[in-house]
Amino acid sequence: MAQSGKPRVAFYWCASCGGCEEAVVDLAEDILGVVEAADIAFWPVALDVKRRDLEGLADGSLAAAFINGAIRTAEQEEMAHLLRRKAQLLIAFGACAHLGGVPALANLWDRAAIFRKVYEDAPSVVNEQGTRPQEVVPVDGERLTLPAFRDTVRALNQVVDVDYYLPGCPPTPKIIKEALEAILSGRLPPRGSVLAPDVALCEQCPLKDTKPEQLLLKEFRRPHEVLIDPKTCLLAQGILCLGPATRGGCEALCPRAHMPCTGCFGPTSRVVDVGAKMISAVASMVDATDPQAAEAILNTIPDPVGTFYRYSLAASRLRRRIQTPPPEAVRAQAAGG
Amino acid sequence: MRLETQTGNGAPRIGVYVCHCGTNIAGMVDVKALTAYAATLPGVAVAREYKYMCSDPGQALIRSDIAEHRLNRVVVAACSPLLHEHTFRGAVEAAGLNPYYFQMVSIRELDSWVHTDPAEATRKAKDLVRAAVQRVILHKPLETRSVPVNPNVLVVGGGIAGIHAALTMANAGKHVYLVEREPTIGGHMAKFDKTFPTLDCAACILTPKMTAVGTHPNITLWTYSEVEKVEGYVGNYRVTVKRHPRYIIEDLCVGCQECIEACVYKEARVPDEFNLGLGKRKPIYLPFPQAVPLLVVIDPETCIEFKSGKCKKTCVEACGERGAIDFTQRERTEEIEVGAIILATGFKTFDARRIPYYGYGVYKNVYTALEVERLINAAGPTGGEVVLRDGRKPERVGIIHCVGSRDEHYNIYCSRVCCMFSIKLAHLIRERTGAEVYNFYIDIRTPGKGFEEFYRRVLEEGVHFIRGKVAQVSDWATSPEEEGKLIIQVEDTLAGMIRRIPVDMVVLSGALEPQADAEAVRRLFNISCSTEGWFLERHPKLAPVSTFTDGIFLAGACQGPKDIPDSVAQAGAAAAEALALVDAGRIALEPNTAYVVADDCSGCKTCIPLCPYRAIAFNGQTAKAEITEALCKGCGVCVAACPSGAIRQHLFEDAEIFAEIAGVLAAQA
Amino acid sequence: MDGPHKEQPAHGPAGTGWEPTIVAFFCTWCTYTAADLAGTSRLKYPPHARVIRVMCSGRVDPQFVVEAFARGADGVLIGGCHPGDCHYQEGNYKTLRRVALLRRVLGEMGIEDGRLRLEWISASEGEKVARVITEMVETLRALGPLALPARRAAWDAEVAPGTVEAVPAAAAGGER
Repeated sequence: MAQSGKPRVAFYWCASCGGCEEAVVDLAEDILGVVEAADIAFWPVALDVKRRDLEGLADGSLAAAFINGAIRTAEQEEMAHLLRRKAQLLIAFGACAHLGGVPALANLWDRAAIFRKVYEDAPSVVNEQGTRPQEVVPVDGERLTLPAFRDTVRALNQVVDVDYYLPGCPPTPKIIKEALEAILSGRLPPRGSVLAPDVALCEQCPLKDTKPEQLLLKEFRRPHEVLIDPKTCLLAQGILCLGPATRGGCEALCPRAHMPCTGCFGPTSRVVDVGAKMISAVASMVDATDPQAAEAILNTIPDPVGTFYRYSLAASRLRRRIQTPPPEAVRAQAAGG
Repeated sequence: MRLETQTGNGAPRIGVYVCHCGTNIAGMVDVKALTAYAATLPGVAVAREYKYMCSDPGQALIRSDIAEHRLNRVVVAACSPLLHEHTFRGAVEAAGLNPYYFQMVSIRELDSWVHTDPAEATRKAKDLVRAAVQRVILHKPLETRSVPVNPNVLVVGGGIAGIHAALTMANAGKHVYLVEREPTIGGHMAKFDKTFPTLDCAACILTPKMTAVGTHPNITLWTYSEVEKVEGYVGNYRVTVKRHPRYIIEDLCVGCQECIEACVYKEARVPDEFNLGLGKRKPIYLPFPQAVPLLVVIDPETCIEFKSGKCKKTCVEACGERGAIDFTQRERTEEIEVGAIILATGFKTFDARRIPYYGYGVYKNVYTALEVERLINAAGPTGGEVVLRDGRKPERVGIIHCVGSRDEHYNIYCSRVCCMFSIKLAHLIRERTGAEVYNFYIDIRTPGKGFEEFYRRVLEEGVHFIRGKVAQVSDWATSPEEEGKLIIQVEDTLAGMIRRIPVDMVVLSGALEPQADAEAVRRLFNISCSTEGWFLERHPKLAPVSTFTDGIFLAGACQGPKDIPDSVAQAGAAAAEALALVDAGRIALEPNTAYVVADDCSGCKTCIPLCPYRAIAFNGQTAKAEITEALCKGCGVCVAACPSGAIRQHLFEDAEIFAEIAGVLAAQA
Repeated sequence: MDGPHKEQPAHGPAGTGWEPTIVAFFCTWCTYTAADLAGTSRLKYPPHARVIRVMCSGRVDPQFVVEAFARGADGVLIGGCHPGDCHYQEGNYKTLRRVALLRRVLGEMGIEDGRLRLEWISASEGEKVARVITEMVETLRALGPLALPARRAAWDAEVAPGTVEAVPAAAAGGER
């Protein structure tokens, strides 16, 4: 407890875009309620509190820590562990902490490929020596260090134990507010819960009634290819909307804005691998029994990984693209295992 | 996150039972090691092995353990669940436990019988048992549901098998629909003269049965008709029957045949199907004198009225006041509801033209065995005279066995009846003509009752039997006595020489083959075929007349080549199975249905179009999907498709299958 | 797995005793029955496959396939009725389409095509069960181990030890 007697909370960002921080600010006047009920002990984006200040706090002295962003670097990993120690509750805030999010699509490549692209192959880059960022660089007799850049992007729970998840890219003010109220009042669901409804998005979608009962699709179309009818279910227009597979709670923000759901709230609790699940549902909807005809329709979906695992690649059962052939260590283990 | 670990009846106490199946399993799988391993698995309270788990003592072992060790889950590792799941569920239930707290592992068909390395077979068995143990923990108690059974039955095919099945069930008081494609019932048997080995007349034994069908109050006979559509499921099939127009009003025709007499065609010119083209008929005809139903048929392909519309219609005149002829008749369909279906669609004969070196279709005196049956038959095209096409009596006849059977170029199987009908024809030809008859055979197969005795009798009668596969039938004479004859060239493997046998008539004993449309029929009734194309029985020994589709049974040669006694016996068996089914009044259905958890359903409608049985409906009030359990067949397509995991399937819950996956792969983790 | 399969020469990666593991999802009506027929016919095929019976290949959720890979399967085989023969009329068409789409995802994830196989095997095709499993074992031996559990361990070597790999609770069945 802080001297004020109020519970103390921390906000931190890892591999994220900053949108989750924006989402907190988007609480607007409601943020005053948060400040009233709790002391923000650590929030680098808004408050000048250093890591050593956080280290100085007693373990478990924070009521809750909210971490947004995926885990890409050694520093993010360290901070996750540090906040885990200091906080009674650790909350994965937003799609990246929850499932890996968009940054986890980088799991389709490895560190070497990403560095080559960013520091050599990108059209605007001039780097004849092929210089790469170094973890330790001597400068004027001093050592400058950079955090290690990991090969794999991880969701928060792949690095530390997570108590609750706030889904969304970013979480909407409504679910943030509800989560804060639940945490501050102690009326929490079982540990490990996602703090959002456990029913798919269609339930909240105003276009639901316009979806025909016998919908089978002959082609998939992308939002820029058609003039979207704002009054009709997007799937019924052939636009791949992931609403049926995605947890509700956002009040169907995107479909209301005439854009398909891309799945940022992640799956319901009953689904193990949301990408595979949506593949199952989407393929079921295809109106073809002939293999070639079916493939032709399915091929109108470009980039299936980016489509079905847009926010969840890190948390998927496959997690990342694999190297073939496997590294020697893996072979040895497979042979002896 | 919700995980169903709730067992419904306390902490799991699992009994694992490993069957030796004599040496079938124990000879390859180390059952002792497997049992010891099973005992170490979490949740397992008892693990035992036993020589024959399915035997009474084996089942008693399970029952007493359930009582004594308070078991609430049972796993049996034995043969295929398709064979004995039912048995063991019964044992579990008899001990007072819900029968679905049970999982069966196949370590025989899927393991000991197909592998050769005991260590690997044992490892595999351990993986499978571990998967079942992990799975059974998640099992829930389930209720079997039962639905009423429609007491009516359908028999498809009016040959001797269909006739016998129909009569058996009709005599038991069931209403039988008998659907036959041809204008008359009788099938192949109606074409035969005598039947082996007793030589009783086919017509004498068949026609009374045909008549009984035609007059039976419990049989609705639809000839010239075909099944077009089959819907529904065991106990409740909805069948659509297409009835081709005969251009005869059935209720008005009395079968007097005056119309045939009066037809403007004075002479019969159309090749007669019933006599395999050996005789002629008119465009209006009766297939054969004892046809049932005794109704004429008009063939629109050859009838002048249909071709030109300008016929004098003397047939209509002859029919007079009866007014049974109706040129405006159209195809119509009937819809019926039945509880069980017997398929007795029979066989077709091998097309001897496929073997060019036997000369069928080239030399006019090369006949098929069925054509010779018609020649011998007193009601046939020659009035029972065995004569060549030019009217001469043959003096020397050669009968070639295994034409299209036991031949890797055509059919590798033995057609079972050809040896016997060849020997029978040899006897009859010799009886009618006094000819020298030669049989050319690969092996003589006479395993039936009285068959060998009949063979010996025909041998003693002086019929020649030459062991050897005929190489060629030709008319290439190389000596004066071969002039004008057909020469059968054969290696006599007993005499060890090549022989040339000149004959006047060659009879080809062709194979029995699946009907040309067997594949279409199989699909219509949702059953399987063997690789040869015969309808596949559920189990070759224990369920020889059942199919993999409940409520659909097989009789006669549609299941494989058969003689008349076997066809009749199988027809009786199929009738008994069908009767047992419809007499039960209700039928228990597997509880593996899909169900929607309403609280979880978002109403996205993904599942609605996927169900072929229209079991899923969208409830407009609740805006959620609902599954009508009675319509659900438990395939699980909608379960896999539900994008938010709101649909589940009893016995095949996601969690149960995930447990199985984890179980078989635990060694890889 | 430990030790090579003695009944056939190991064609696995040189110098290792590794042998592939296959998880096979067979529909009751056609492929499982065919596997039973292979058994009653005493056909011989390699012991690498572990069969999980489902009522219809249409029950096979792509989640099961990725789950099997994630838990260490080197290959996944799905067996269903031939097109037009589905006991449930159309279940296998859904399977066909799901596998087509899943295959593209697996390809992008670096999982070779030969690791997922969909075969139509009718109830009378016992020999096809034996042939397909035999072929698949050969294919997987050539591809080498997928070994996702070991790969995950290798991936996780870059983060602090003691981190448990989070298995979604819905898939945690059997883990206790």
